[in-house]
Amino acid sequence: MEIRDKVIEIVAEQAVLEPSDVKMDNTLEELGIDSLGLVESIFAIEEAFDISVPFNANNPTEGDFDISTVQSIVAGIETLIRDQKT
Amino acid sequence: MKRVVITGAGTINALGRDVASTLEAMREGRCGIGELDIRDVDRLAIRIGGQVRDFEAESVFNRQQLTLYDRFTQFTLVAAAEAIAQCGLEFTGELAARAGVVLGTAGGGVSTWDDNYRSVYEDGKNRVHPFVVPKLMNNAAASHVSMQYNLKGPSFTVSTACASSNHAMAQAFQIIRSGMSKAMVTGGSESMLCFGGVKAWEGLRVMSRDACRPFSANRNGMVQGEGAGVFVFEEYEHARARGADILAEVVGQAMSSDAADIVMPSKQGAARAIAGALHDAGVSRDEVGYINAHGTGTAANDKTECAAVADVFGPHADSLMISSTKSMHGHLIGGTGAVELLACIMALRDGVIAPTIGYEEFDPECALDVVPNEAREAKVDVALSNAFAFGGLNAVLALRRI
Repeated sequence: MEIRDKVIEIVAEQAVLEPSDVKMDNTLEELGIDSLGLVESIFAIEEAFDISVPFNANNPTEGDFDISTVQSIVAGIETLIRDQKT
Repeated sequence: MKRVVITGAGTINALGRDVASTLEAMREGRCGIGELDIRDVDRLAIRIGGQVRDFEAESVFNRQQLTLYDRFTQFTLVAAAEAIAQCGLEFTGELAARAGVVLGTAGGGVSTWDDNYRSVYEDGKNRVHPFVVPKLMNNAAASHVSMQYNLKGPSFTVSTACASSNHAMAQAFQIIRSGMSKAMVTGGSESMLCFGGVKAWEGLRVMSRDACRPFSANRNGMVQGEGAGVFVFEEYEHARARGADILAEVVGQAMSSDAADIVMPSKQGAARAIAGALHDAGVSRDEVGYINAHGTGTAANDKTECAAVADVFGPHADSLMISSTKSMHGHLIGGTGAVELLACIMALRDGVIAPTIGYEEFDPECALDVVPNEAREAKVDVALSNAFAFGGLNAVLALRRI
């Protein structure tokens, strides 16, 4: 499964939506994912891709991992996989 | 001081999924204790317990809820739903602003600790689910009840080992009695029947391998149970004005500390709590017809408890009935007083005294009427519920027929 599809699946499950309803330019807020849902999504992403996501719930916008949209999350994961698997 | 009555009751335990089935099992003297069905049971020396069987949490709660609800919270919510439905109260406005939740638990989310320790220690994982903390915390159950039913008043969790529920209900009683609130949700819950939970108890060498036989000379220890009991306590005039069905009146409570030993019970500490509850309730000794005993089935508790009852009641100790329903549902630790309060309500309301089952041999150190093996019909005006915890912390409640 492509990274993008897996991320959509994770986000859709959190938002209680069908994967087809999740658009790449959606923000998590638009999808109705709150702070607990975000933390749970990050956990699911770490488990799914066996990576460690630098994310601190005290300051979600700090650090390099951009959570502003589904697209930016996918891009962030691609970078992390490249950096952490080599 | 306000009068306090019980207008709702709910439970889930080894005897039943609700109050009706639990009381029916108590009337029939049915035993809910059996072989434990838990992971790694083959590595346990103690393999019996009063387990809640065939409970499919997935059919009661959705996936999102289950990530936050430990089993002790699940039990609490099941019991709370029954109690709150029965009381018929709708928590809104001023009632909701002052109504709270006070619950007892000794261990809180024990299986959440157990599962996640297993995952990081045994399976070598370096990451746990983000909700581990909100799931295992001792106040999780009270908080979820408050959120679900819009209870915005004083809410907290009491943890005094085997007396947790009685201490919790004593607090809820005082809150209404003092006029702070018109209604409180109270009781307790426990779920320690997992590998780590049972293993810890094994270490203490007080567990029976075959049965819980309170007061019987051949008793050989306690048997753990699990589940919850939840009640709605309500101010009497408030309940009466709306025509609520009143199950019983809570007339008194007392709490005492042995200040003596971390595990051995004290006759004096227990007696002070029993006598204190009578004094607080303003009832005389000979009005008490039934005591739901702490009655754990350990050598130490049962003889100490009987001696304390004999001390407090004098000659009347021989004419009252005292039974331990732990013989049927096991010891629910922090939830036990809540489930046992149901036996007191049954005695007062239905005139049926739950038996002490598994009773086989007379013990001269427990020479009271322990209602052996079969339920009995009797008219009871006042009933007491005893709880004497490890750490020497005691809480006794007094109920009256209404």
